[in-house]
Amino acid sequence: MSKPNPTDRIYSKDHEWLKDNGDGTALVGITDYAQEMLTDIVFVELPEIGKKIAQGEAMAVVESVKSVSDVYAPASGEIVETNKVLEETPELINKDAFGDGWIVKIKLSDKEELKSLMGADEYEKLTKEEKH
Amino acid sequence: MKKTPLYEKHVSLNAKIIDFGGWAMPVQYTNVIDEHKATRKDAALFDICHMGEIEIKGPQALDLLQLSLTRNLAEQEIGQVKLSALLNERGGIIDDLTAYKMAEDSFTLVTNASTREIDLAVISSVLKKNKFACRIEDVSDKTGKLDLQGPRSEEILQGLVKDDLKKIKYYHFTETHVAGIPSIVSRSGYTGEDGFEIYAPADNIGHIWDKVLDAGLSFGLKPAGLGARDTLRLEAGMMLNGQDMTQDTSPLDVPYSWLIDWNKDFTGKPALEKLKKNGPAKKLAGFEMTGRGIARHNYKVLSDGNQIGIVTSGTFSPTLNKPIGLAFLDVSYSAPETAIDIAIRETVAGAKIVKLPFYKRDKR
Repeated sequence: MSKPNPTDRIYSKDHEWLKDNGDGTALVGITDYAQEMLTDIVFVELPEIGKKIAQGEAMAVVESVKSVSDVYAPASGEIVETNKVLEETPELINKDAFGDGWIVKIKLSDKEELKSLMGADEYEKLTKEEKH
Repeated sequence: MKKTPLYEKHVSLNAKIIDFGGWAMPVQYTNVIDEHKATRKDAALFDICHMGEIEIKGPQALDLLQLSLTRNLAEQEIGQVKLSALLNERGGIIDDLTAYKMAEDSFTLVTNASTREIDLAVISSVLKKNKFACRIEDVSDKTGKLDLQGPRSEEILQGLVKDDLKKIKYYHFTETHVAGIPSIVSRSGYTGEDGFEIYAPADNIGHIWDKVLDAGLSFGLKPAGLGARDTLRLEAGMMLNGQDMTQDTSPLDVPYSWLIDWNKDFTGKPALEKLKKNGPAKKLAGFEMTGRGIARHNYKVLSDGNQIGIVTSGTFSPTLNKPIGLAFLDVSYSAPETAIDIAIRETVAGAKIVKLPFYKRDKR
C-alpha cells in the first residue's frame, strides 16, 4: 500500500508532487504511488542546473530494472538544484519518495500554473481509479 | 491474450501481468531485484507453461531431427537433453530449442513460445519431403512447465519426488512423479543456477505449483516472474530468441557455433557454409557500462560518433550491481576490453566489451 499523500503539496496527473517553498521555489519529486508502480529504481538521470523547463516537459528520467520513465515538470521554471544523492542511491526514491527522494528544486516562473495541479484528496482519487 | 493454467494463481499473488508475445504472463510478484536475488541465493519458481512442446515419434524420428537441427543427436542417450538450433534456408536462426530423448524412437522438442508454430511448420515440411516414418504432435497445450531454479532447488524438490534427484546430471532428465503427478524432471534451466525444469499435464500443473511453493516456504523460495528470468539469463550470458538473435542472425554470429555439426546435413547448411567461408561481419558480444546510464534493447552502439552496432539486451545487473548488456556489432569491436559508446537519449555513455558470461555460479 502506498503511503498517504501529504497535504502540504500539490500533485500532477503524471504522478509528480510539488511543494511550494513560499520563496519563489518549489521542490519536485514523484509520488509514493509512482515509485510503487515502478518498483526497484536503479537509475536516475537529473537535469542540468540552470535548465529552463516548461510545464509538462520531460525533465528527468527514472529507471527501474525493467522500465524507463520520464519525470515531467509539474510547473514551468528554471532548475536551481538537483538531488545529486540520487545518482549514487536511486533507491532513495523507493524508500522516501516524499522526503529524501525529492528530485529537483525549481524556481517557478508562473505561479498561476499551480492552480492546474491537484490537492492530495483529488490525487488520491485518481490513483484509486487507475488501480481499477 | 492467452493464459497459462496458472494465471489465476498469479493474479491472487498480486503479480503484475504483461503481454508477452500474446501471453498474459507475470513479470513480477514483488519486484525484480528481490526475485532475482532469491534465485541466486535460495530458489525461485517460474511459470513457463507458455513454451512449446513438440513430440516426434517413430522409427525415423532421429533421422527427421538430424536433418532438421544443427546438432548431431546420434550419440544422445535416452534421458539426455541437447540444446540445438533450427535454421532457415539462409542459415538464420528460427529457434534455439532443446531435444529430450525419451526412447530410441521418441523425442520431445521444447521450443520458444513465439516460434512453436514456425518450428512445427519447418520440421513438418522436412518430414513431408523425406517421407520419414515418424509423426509429429504439438502437445504444448496439454503440457505444463515450471522452472524451479536456485541452489536450494534440489532440497525443495526432493521432498516431493521419490527418486534420488542427485542422480540426475546436468542436462539430463528422468520420468518420475512430482507430488504424485507423472512428470518429467530435467536438471536444466535459463538462469545460470542449478535447478530443474518440470513438465507435467497442464491440468495438474497447478497442483505441483502449490506443492512446490509450500515445500519451499522454509527454504526462502519465491515465485518469480519474467522480469527476473530476463536479468538472470542475461547475467548468465544466455541469449533470448527474437531479441539477441533473429531469423537474420546465423549461429556463427552469436555464441552458438558449438551447436553446429558440419559433418552431417541439416536445413540451412549450404547457406551457413558460405557464411563460414566469408567469416561473420557482425558478432554478438557482452558489454558493461563504464559511463553513467543503462543500455536498453535497440539503443545504438557508437565508436567515434559512428554507429557500429545495436544493443540487443540491456539491463541493470542485480548481482553485479551495474548495467550490462549484449550488443550485435562489427566484429572488429567485439574483442574484450574494447571501448565503445552507447547512445542513451540525448547523450552517449562509455562501455567496454567483456567476456561472457557476466556471472558464473560457484560449482559445489
